[in-house]
Parts: sequence; C-alpha cells; structure tokens
Amino acid sequence: MKKMPKWADVLLIPAINLSLAFLISGLVIWAIGKDPWVAIKTMVQGSFGDSRGLGYTLYYTTNFIFTGLAVAVASHARLFNIGGEGQATVGGLGVALVCLAVPWPHWTLALPAAILGGALFGAAWAAIPAYLQAKRGSHIVITTIMFNFIAAALLGYLLVNVLKEPGNMAAETRSFPPGAHLPTFHEMLAPFGIDFNKNAPANISFLVALLCLIGFYVLIWKTRLGYAIRAFGQSESAAVYAGISPVKITIIAMLISGGLAGLMAINNVMGEAERLILNSVEGAGFIGIAVALMGRNHPVGVFLAALLFGFLYQGGAELALWESIPRELIVVIQGLVILLTGALDNMVRAPLEKLFLSFGKGEA
Amino acid sequence: MDFLTIIQILDSTVRLATPLLLACLAGLFSERSGVFDIGLEGKMLAAAFLSAAVAAVTGNAWLGLCAGIFASVLMALLHGLASITFRGDQLISGVAINFLAAGLTVVIGQSWFALGGRTPSLIGGGRFPDITLPFADALAEVPVIGQIYSELISGHSILVYVAMAAVPLTWWVLYRTRFGLRLRAVGENPGAVDTAGISVVRLRYTAVIICGVLCGIAGSYLSTGLAAGFVKDMTAGRGFIALAALIFAKWRPWQALGACLLFGLLEAIGNRYQNIDILGATLPVQFMQALPYMLTVVILPGFVGKAIPPRAGGEAYVKER
Repeated sequence: MKKMPKWADVLLIPAINLSLAFLISGLVIWAIGKDPWVAIKTMVQGSFGDSRGLGYTLYYTTNFIFTGLAVAVASHARLFNIGGEGQATVGGLGVALVCLAVPWPHWTLALPAAILGGALFGAAWAAIPAYLQAKRGSHIVITTIMFNFIAAALLGYLLVNVLKEPGNMAAETRSFPPGAHLPTFHEMLAPFGIDFNKNAPANISFLVALLCLIGFYVLIWKTRLGYAIRAFGQSESAAVYAGISPVKITIIAMLISGGLAGLMAINNVMGEAERLILNSVEGAGFIGIAVALMGRNHPVGVFLAALLFGFLYQGGAELALWESIPRELIVVIQGLVILLTGALDNMVRAPLEKLFLSFGKGEA
Repeated sequence: MDFLTIIQILDSTVRLATPLLLACLAGLFSERSGVFDIGLEGKMLAAAFLSAAVAAVTGNAWLGLCAGIFASVLMALLHGLASITFRGDQLISGVAINFLAAGLTVVIGQSWFALGGRTPSLIGGGRFPDITLPFADALAEVPVIGQIYSELISGHSILVYVAMAAVPLTWWVLYRTRFGLRLRAVGENPGAVDTAGISVVRLRYTAVIICGVLCGIAGSYLSTGLAAGFVKDMTAGRGFIALAALIFAKWRPWQALGACLLFGLLEAIGNRYQNIDILGATLPVQFMQALPYMLTVVILPGFVGKAIPPRAGGEAYVKER
C-alpha cells in the first residue's frame, strides 16, 4: 500500500481537523468564563430546534453554497479567488438593477432575469483580475483583494449618490416591486399543509443553490471544459502540451467563479432584504473560502460545509442573544477551520499517512 | 488653501502613513524571505487590541507596546508554523490569521472589559504622548522653515520617529549586512542558500518574527498613539493598503516610504475634504478611499513599471534528499 485509503483522506482527516477546530473553540468559550456545553446546546436549539431557526440556517446555507462553489471552481484551476466578497457585492448591484428596472408581474419572470443580472455582474467583477492574471501575470490573490475594497467603495458611492431615494436618510435603494418577491419556505410549503415559520428568510434561492451544486458536479467531472479546468489546475505545462490554453481556462474559470458569487445576491438581496443596502454580503464571500476548503472542492462536501457554517451563523446569533457571547466567536471558529483544514493540513496528514503506511507494511 | 492648511494636511499625512509604513516594512522582511503575508492586517489588529488592553490596565504605554508586539509575534509564529514547518499554503494561512484576530479581539475584549469589544479610553500614561523637539516652540514664529519644523517635524509620538528610522535601518540591514544578503537570496533561490550551508528554515523564521515585531509596533501605534483605545476592526484595511504599498514600492524600503506617504496623503485629504473639485469634475470621497487599491491594480501588471515579487515567494522549501 503506497498511500492512504480514500476514506481516510475524504472523511477522517476533515473530521479530525474539524474536531480540533471545535475543541479549540470550546477552550475559547471556557476561557471567557462560559460553559461550552450550554453554548453548543443553545446553538443547536437555535438553529435546528424550530422552523424559524431552521429557516435562518438554510438561508445562510444558501449564501455559503454559492460562495463556496465560487471558490471551489477557481480552486480546481488552482486559482485562489479571495474576491467572492466583492463579486457578491457587485452581483447584488446587478440583481437590484434588474429588479428595479422592470415592474415585474411575477417572480417566475423576475427570478431568471435576476439570476442573469447577478451572475453577469459578478462575472464582470472577476473578469479584470482574471485578465490581469492570465495576460499580465499579476497575482490573482492580490488583485481580487484590491477589487473587494474597490467594490465596497463603488457600492458606497452608488448607493449614496445615485441609487438612494430622495428624502431617505439610509443609504439604500427603494424596495423592489411586489412582483419581484421570491416565495419563502412558508409560502412554498403551505400548499402541502406544512406550516413553516413566516418570518424565516429561507426562500426558493435554496433550490437554485442545490441546482448549482448538481451543475457544478456535471461541469467539473462530466464535461470537456471541466476536464480542461482540472487538467490546468493539476499541471499547467501538461495542459499546454494537451492543447489547453492557460489564458482561456484562467478567464473562463474565474468568470464562472465570479458568476456563482454574484448569484448569491438572489438570496440575500432579492430573497431577504428586497432592496439593496450597504454591506449586505456580510462576509459570506470570505466564508466561501472555508466552505470550499472543508468541502474539498466537491459539491457534496461544499453542501455539508455550507450547512455547517449556516448552523454556526444562526447558532452564533442565538449565542449572542441568550448567552451574551459575541457573534465574533463564529469568526474565530471560521479562522480555525481555515487554518486547520487549509494551512495546517499537513500537521494532521503527515503523521496519519505514516501510521497507515506502517499498517500497510504489517499486512504485506 | 493657505500654507498652514498644507502643513496641517502633511502633518496628518505623516501620522496616517506611520502604521502603513511599519506594516509595509514588516511585509517587506517576510516577503523578501519568500513567505507571502496577507495576514499583516490580522497581526496589526491583534497588537492594537492587546497593547490598548494592557495600557488601559497598567496605565503604561510602553508595557502596552510590549504586549502588542507579543501578540503580533505570536500570530507571526503561527504563520511560520503553518507555512514554513508544515509547508501549508501561505495565502490561506494569512487569511486564517486575519479572521482569528478579527474574532478573538472582540470575543476577548468583551470578556475582559464588557464594552462591546472596545477597550476603555486611554488617558495619561496609557498613550504615547506627542514629543516636542528642541526649540520647536521658539521657532514656531519663524515663517516657513520654523512652521515646518514645529508643526510638521516636531510634535509626533515616539513611534512615528521609530517608523521613520526603520526605513534607513531596513535598507542597511537588507543591502549592507550578511543577514540581509542571505535574506534576499532565500527569497529568490532557497536551494542555493541551503547549498551554502545556511538554514532556510531559520532564516525564514527570523524574517517572520521581524515581521511580527514591526506589525506589533504598527498596531500599538494605532490604538495607543493615533487613537486612544481599541475599537473593533480598527485597522480598517490598513494591512491591505500596506500590502498594496509594498507592491507599489516593488519590495524596496525607500520606495516603501514614498508609497506609504502617498497613501497616507490620500487618506489625509479624504479625511479633510469630503468631495474634491478638480478641473470641474467632482471626486467623491469613495474614490479617494479606493485610489490606493486601484493604483495597485494598475501597477502590478506592469502598465506603469512592472512589479516583480521575490521569485521563491509563496513556496515552501523542501530540502532535497
């Protein structure tokens, strides 16, 4: 046996990494004088205990599926897209413009248009860093970081100076027309006799996110383009030898990535706020990094990781409410997950690999 | 715009450029050794918090500075552990450090002071006082030169002068010492350095620790010099502007000073004037905020002089067997 069995790579290592992250988080909670056990009970109760909590959990999950897939697509081409935050911000602008431009008669017409608007704007925001990486070799990480800040400034300017309703003090657009209202879980499940909480923001975007997960799987593993993206990510020189253009793949992978991040806006802008406000992305773009790392850039993994972070986000809000533990605890957990599954991966992997190899020798 | 206004703007330029400059030089040491660092922001934030917390409790800014450096070096060592020892992805490690700092400073701050993540306002010895240089008061009446001396050069906190002194010092270390030669070499070709019998791991750890110390001073200056206490997310992207300045300066110390002063000037102008009219066009304040980032995007791909990073940057060194 030359390497670890697959189950250890796919299940065991993430499980150990995650346990370590939670263990350290538990220590942090204990160190600030709170009971970790009470904290975890509060979080589970608040995020899965009733349909209101569940609705919030799935709402956050939807955001993280989009941003997680965005990071994952780029990762397959070995590009680190850290600009999901900015792409989702600009995607929100696209969705808002689509929703405000036309007095939509029904959501079935508004949603496809908004999907197009969000994806196009998000992809456009990724296009410049992609072009600069592909053609001029400037590092995609640096340019996408810079574009996050530029996006924030751009949106701030547009909301305050262009899009704001005259007379409105807050920097936000007017509310979208009623025809652009997306069905919430409450409205979707009522015909089936299921009474889902009315105020929970989970909406039909969740189903769009699930479709994107399937589409992602098909794209990456079942199409010629997906093969080219993976081949380029594995070895650029081999890809060139096989006739794959690095410039083309870099730009296409980043456009898909930016489009997915921009798509998030149908959930947070169109589904929840129903108007464009400042800082509506709330860090979801960055959580996509943790989600993709934990989910090993695979749709099943991304879904599970997004659900986990949805739970952490909703549970974290409940913690702040009931246990007066600041919401920033979730940021700590997020940092630990990124550190352990991403940067410190070898810390767990190397000893484990040695262990499995020595077992293998014993059998042989 | 009269002369005094210009002096005042330049004065605040120097104040605002100081944390950028320290963080930029910090990044310079790290990246010249081949360790990319996008965690400058997080290290500054951690230092800003702990220095303000310790200064608030002890009433001593110097103890605060030590604590700030300690916090920052701790984060730097974590980055070193991940990216040098365990050969993890340096960029991911930097991202993780930014989140850890953003979260921990508020969680711990709330637990210690219960002020919503802030530290108590610093008074008296908890802050670094402004230093009046000799004869500054006497020369204040002398036109131009006297005004420049007393308003612009004199009257800053000690850490501002430390930052300014760090520029020639960095230049000297980098280009005139054996350590500096090895540091530059290890960022370009670690294999060659290893062949010469010098430990790549030790050199890179040294660079990462120096980076931590400088980020620590930068963060402490933010909370105990520029402001009087820590507030949540008070670095506000300065770590990334420092990174932008580093690229702008093409990883060289004197140019780093120029870039940081430029970005400090942009911030100072943005703080003083909300909207600026130039040749009939109005520049909104958001444009000024985004300008450092836009300049970086333009400079990086070589539209205006190409910025080439150290060749071995971002890659862990694997010793050949």
